[in-house]
Amino acid sequence: MSVPAVEFRDVSMRFGDIEALSGVNLTVEEGAYMVLLGPSGGGKTTLLNILGGFLEPSGGRVLIRGEDLTHAPPARRPTTTVFQDYALFPHMNVAGNVAFGLKMRRVPKREQQERVAQALDLVGLAHTAGQRTHALSGGQRQRIALARALVVEPSVLLLDEPLGALDMKLRRQMQHELKIIQQRVGTTFVHVTHDQEEAMAIADTIVVMNQGSIEDLGPPERIYLRPVSRFTADFMGDSNLIEGQVVTQRDAQLTVRSALGEFELPGVAEPGTWVTLAIRPEHLHTDPGDGRLGLGNAQVLECGFYGTHHQCDATLASLPHPIKVRIDQKRLLQPGDVLPLYLDPSDLVVLAR
Amino acid sequence: MNIRTLPAALYVLLLYGFIFLPVLVLVLFSFQESRLPVPPFDGPSLAWYRAMLADDRLMDALVNSVLVGVVSSLVAVTLGFLAAYALARHRLPLAGLLRGLLTAPLTISYLIIGMGLLITFNSLGVPKSLWTIGIGHVVINLPLCFAIVYSQMGAQQAHAERAARDLGAREWQVIVLITAPMLWPALFASFFLSLTFSWDEFIIAFLVSRFDVTLPVEIWSMLRSGLNPKTNAIGSFVFVISFLFVLLLDLVVLRKRAA
Repeated sequence: MSVPAVEFRDVSMRFGDIEALSGVNLTVEEGAYMVLLGPSGGGKTTLLNILGGFLEPSGGRVLIRGEDLTHAPPARRPTTTVFQDYALFPHMNVAGNVAFGLKMRRVPKREQQERVAQALDLVGLAHTAGQRTHALSGGQRQRIALARALVVEPSVLLLDEPLGALDMKLRRQMQHELKIIQQRVGTTFVHVTHDQEEAMAIADTIVVMNQGSIEDLGPPERIYLRPVSRFTADFMGDSNLIEGQVVTQRDAQLTVRSALGEFELPGVAEPGTWVTLAIRPEHLHTDPGDGRLGLGNAQVLECGFYGTHHQCDATLASLPHPIKVRIDQKRLLQPGDVLPLYLDPSDLVVLAR
Repeated sequence: MNIRTLPAALYVLLLYGFIFLPVLVLVLFSFQESRLPVPPFDGPSLAWYRAMLADDRLMDALVNSVLVGVVSSLVAVTLGFLAAYALARHRLPLAGLLRGLLTAPLTISYLIIGMGLLITFNSLGVPKSLWTIGIGHVVINLPLCFAIVYSQMGAQQAHAERAARDLGAREWQVIVLITAPMLWPALFASFFLSLTFSWDEFIIAFLVSRFDVTLPVEIWSMLRSGLNPKTNAIGSFVFVISFLFVLLLDLVVLRKRAA
């Protein structure tokens, strides 16, 4: 078993009376692309700042490749950062910016030039070497910041909402490039964002953070399809949350009674406890399909068009709140239309209330 | 020009006339041929400029002025910059008070500062020299340099400094390679303002100097023996130098910022 790239051991952070991180334990494997995801105030940026050395934790330890660097300043860490505002040096040209870290490491001039050229090549901006940074577009600056951070071959590259300032189209394109570059260089990436689509598109592992602790951790598919907490289910895309009560438990199988009926679902909980059942809008169907369970007729309240689909709010007689349903992009519905709804019980996720 | 803008134009003419007429008269009579800088003008002649250049005492004072100006301005800019860096980037106890004390000398008259320095130097037994003048000029220019540089330290530099540290720069490298170059226009502006003020400054230089004096003090002692076109010539010369400083400042700093 190799040494993990990063280990947070019981890391906590207090700002006055506010607890920004409470006892976070997290291991980042070598070569992983990990995304810290959460709402603002969730603690993800604080965790990244502690890893970069910009903040000293109030408690706990930070190990980078097995070395305790909890109290090391940023300059002495094998980490570099791509900042949200890029923080390029305006008084240097592109090559000067990229060479800065190498200069600080006293890399010989000739090698500096070679590595700067390689790094600029990697991000596809070799032709800008002699330009001033303010002449570049947002996407280009972002890539220069990436080249500048990667050229020193850090153990871990930190990305602090690196795509936040880009427009949506460029953002999606840069996500793709980031992922490709990470696979090519093989460096461990730790990326902070509040955009769940971005997180799912690029991460090997997503860490969902809320109120200073880790809510959920796992590959994007698992986080999205089988969230472990109500917060995650709600934060990652849309979910319909339905209250239910455990009737029986046997061999990690629960029988849960809810307004939609009784379901046999995997899970562990004492009989009698209240739980939440989560179902994604795209998992509610309007045709019985193959062995789906009927939920009865729902009445459409309103619909929005999202290009790939319509999303509608609809009311079921059995439920107090409207539920969200995804409808085919070509199907036009009016408020008041009646939809028969079906679901596959295996798409239901049991969450502790 | 119509009837409504006429009063405004007249006003502007009077205003600028009031400011610049004395200077123009001074410059005009520096080209006087005869011994008295009063009408009628009988020039133009460069005789008095020749006399000025031939005056060793005057030329010594000129060199002293340049020396004191450059050295004291460099010291004032360096100290002002370091103070601004410390107050902008670190949380210091009593930061507000420190900031206030650094800028307070701006509100005190040069006469009071000069007297204070004179008393201090006397009681410490420090002999009056160009050094004491230099110290006096640092005292008056440091607050200015601090205020200019401090006002220009924003989030952009702070972020760049953070990135530099992240890339392995030590503190002195951050200051030398990032902060100072990014603040270059502010540093340049404060240097030239300091130089201009030092070049013109009379009271402090007069109070704390003895044998080696700066140009304004030398001019003053010349004036005591009465007016002649040579004082006009040297006055014009001082004016032209000051004007060049300001012009340079404007061209290099202000133009750059507008771009």
